[in-house]
Amino acid sequence: MSKFEDYTPVIGLEIHVQLATQSKMFDRCSADWFGKEPNTVVGPLTLGLPGTLPVPNKKAIQWAILVGKALNCKTNKVSKFDRKHYFYPDLPKAFQLSQYDQPFSYDGYYEMTSRRTGKIKKVGITRAHLEEDTGKLIHKDDETLVDFNRAGVPLLEIVTEPDFDNSEDVKQFLEELQVIVRYLGVSEANMERGSMRLEPNISLKKPGQTDLPNYKVEVKNINSFNFAKRAVDFELKRHFDLLEKGETPVQETRGYNENKGITVSQRVKEEADDYRYMPEPDIPPFELSEEFLLDIEEMLPELPHQRIARYTDMQVSLENAYVITRSKNTADYFEGVTKVIEKKSGELVYKSPSLAAEIAKVIVNKKIKTDMPEEKFAQVFISMYQPDDTDMDALATVIDDVLAAHQAIVDQYKSGKENAINALVGQVIGRMQDQADARTVIEELKKKLSE
Amino acid sequence: MDILGVSLTDLLSRKEKSQAVIDFFFDRIQKHNEHLNIFIDHSDSAPSVKNDGVLQGLPIALKDNILTKYYPTTASSDVLKGYMPPYAATITHTLAHSGATILGKTNLDAWAHGSSTETSDFGTTRNPYDIDYVPGGSSGGSAAAVSAGLAPAALGTETAGSIRLPAAWSGVVGLKPTYGRVSRFGIIAMGSSWDCPGPITQTVEDAALMLGIIAGHDARDATTQDIPVDDYQQQMRANRTLTIGFSDEYMENIDTEIAKEVEKCLDVLRKQGHTIKPVSLIHPKYAISVYMLLQRSEVSSNLGRYDGIRYGKNRSHFGQEAERRIMLGTYALSTGYADQYYKKAQKVRYVIRQNFEEVFKDVDVIFAPTTPITATKIGDNEKFAFYGEIMDILTEPASAAGIPAISIPSGLHSNGLPIGVQFMGRHFEEGTVLNIAHQLESELNFDRLSVMKKYE
Repeated sequence: MSKFEDYTPVIGLEIHVQLATQSKMFDRCSADWFGKEPNTVVGPLTLGLPGTLPVPNKKAIQWAILVGKALNCKTNKVSKFDRKHYFYPDLPKAFQLSQYDQPFSYDGYYEMTSRRTGKIKKVGITRAHLEEDTGKLIHKDDETLVDFNRAGVPLLEIVTEPDFDNSEDVKQFLEELQVIVRYLGVSEANMERGSMRLEPNISLKKPGQTDLPNYKVEVKNINSFNFAKRAVDFELKRHFDLLEKGETPVQETRGYNENKGITVSQRVKEEADDYRYMPEPDIPPFELSEEFLLDIEEMLPELPHQRIARYTDMQVSLENAYVITRSKNTADYFEGVTKVIEKKSGELVYKSPSLAAEIAKVIVNKKIKTDMPEEKFAQVFISMYQPDDTDMDALATVIDDVLAAHQAIVDQYKSGKENAINALVGQVIGRMQDQADARTVIEELKKKLSE
Repeated sequence: MDILGVSLTDLLSRKEKSQAVIDFFFDRIQKHNEHLNIFIDHSDSAPSVKNDGVLQGLPIALKDNILTKYYPTTASSDVLKGYMPPYAATITHTLAHSGATILGKTNLDAWAHGSSTETSDFGTTRNPYDIDYVPGGSSGGSAAAVSAGLAPAALGTETAGSIRLPAAWSGVVGLKPTYGRVSRFGIIAMGSSWDCPGPITQTVEDAALMLGIIAGHDARDATTQDIPVDDYQQQMRANRTLTIGFSDEYMENIDTEIAKEVEKCLDVLRKQGHTIKPVSLIHPKYAISVYMLLQRSEVSSNLGRYDGIRYGKNRSHFGQEAERRIMLGTYALSTGYADQYYKKAQKVRYVIRQNFEEVFKDVDVIFAPTTPITATKIGDNEKFAFYGEIMDILTEPASAAGIPAISIPSGLHSNGLPIGVQFMGRHFEEGTVLNIAHQLESELNFDRLSVMKKYE
């Protein structure tokens, strides 16, 4: 009997990201399909009608390569599309246009600081290729209906090496990939809406085993980051139980049932599928020009990890820099308000090592709301951090007067009703004609009351 | 009105009243179509002139694998019987905008699989020269329509011989353009990397006219090339003396009368001042193997969509020929076989193309017979395994290489059936091919009228 900890999980990911282009991958038809009436976002090509020919969407190709670049991939300068044949009612042409042996991007990597270990985790990116999405089946009572709205929407498939050994890193990688894709502005990458989909391949190495396990299980229908973690954990535990009994888990595709928190067998893969790949004869192979690739380089924005580095140089804590960079909007906002505050403020008082660090802290801790214009945020921030210019002598006199005049409230406070102090604060500030800092007033009042 | 046998170009220069021309051909269709089984669909009443572009409303017949919005398009397969496309092919549009009136849709081998129209699910088209014989295929309906005088000109499509072979067997002119010269958008795909739409006409001049209309870049077909369209009629008329390649490999197992006809043509060309130069080409039999594997692979892929879910008829409506091709193509693409079949065939195809390019460094065009024999009797296709491949042996290499080629009628065999000869040229040099074909045509004076007169 071994413990689960003695086993080593081997997890590789296949992630599909729908690209938010205006038109479909090979068609002038609109790609804005989500939530639309079934079969209203279709044209002859979407439906694969006789005589239609695919013409590739240049933007989708640019974006696909852009994501590859962000994942440190190499680019295949000579590339092509291939037909991947299989039968399914949601596949109108009986083949999917995909890329077989010359994907646009290959051999990349991604580095993240694992939340689990605190160490750098390097994930190998095997390839990232472009394909077209399929339609959707709608099961209704005894009928199965087909909705082709989604068919032909550009889809980027990112395949990682089996470099993960725990579900937490898987979840973190997905979250960070989503952030990157959103920075690039190429997709909403929303798991719930299916614009980002995960299919992990999972197996478990026995204690002492050095080679890869002789099976793997693919899991589908994972609709959130949390479900991704749970599905992986469920599978690992299932494999562990089987292996402990001396059995080998069946090589198969399983579906995650989020209500029950379990996976269910969908299709047993006894041998590799034969997709009869064939180069798409309707689209000549590409030779990507230097100019085309340079354009893509120029489209590459500053990425989250680069911003983190810049923010930590500004003495923002690593934790806060990470949180702020999770959304490009927040990061942009942070930079915007920092600029305004630096320009406008005179002397400010704060404990953080730098103004930027303090602003970051305020944003992360939500001390000031970030849904207002940058100017307004700056105003509130500056008023909070202005140095205390209270006239302490005048304050002492006013406090003495106020305490003397409100003996009843003083008694209440001293008997344990701490809230009573608020009434005194108001009185003091009023008599100071607003020329006093509230925090200082409270501090001084408390001092006096405890005498 | 006597316009029988008058070419499209002559009809235009004579300024015949278009409606009268349409009525004339409509009447002939009414009278003779049932007998010859040329049109699958034609309008019930004479179409009226729509507009007067370059073609001034003149009528044209279209092969039934070219999508039309107002006629069903079936590719002569029961699977698509009654199918009304929601959009028209680019070349249908172009023709309409050029003022053509679409007379109707012509018969073909189902899915264009064949060389005789015998695999059509709507019956075999008859050869106007002898109705016991086939017109050739797959564009047999279009060739027979022009041959019998039921249309002044037609469009066909060729994957490997499907324009030139029926043109040769029906005694008309058939031009297969360079692959990528004419848009395939809206043509029901057969062998996607081979398919070429092209004109089937009474004269070389008409072919030049029609090609000038349908050629050009199409944003909807990524395989069309953005190369300017030449003035083919002008290039055709230029006074040129050419070096003509002639390859013995194309004369093996040729019917002796056809061989004599070829010699006759060579003499004419020599007399016209052209230089005939012996060249060595890869034996055309290799093109058969290449074609058989690649085209069937593409067929198996292209026909997968007719799965019975959306087109009303399930796979049992596929004919035997389509079934065979799907099976063979599926096999050739399967894991473990793709390397030795599909990929190897791709390599050989490239070698064939290189071979032509090499030979075209020394010669301007290549001359050869179009077919090894004349039209076969209806039913004979069953006597030959790989009937189409044998009949198309001389047309397949040009299709494999994607180069332009034209077949013109040179004379009649003692069996009364027409003989065709062909010129092949360099990529995108249709003008040269048309030029030499026009020169030879003017000397041959082929009698196209007699056969039309059989159908009064």
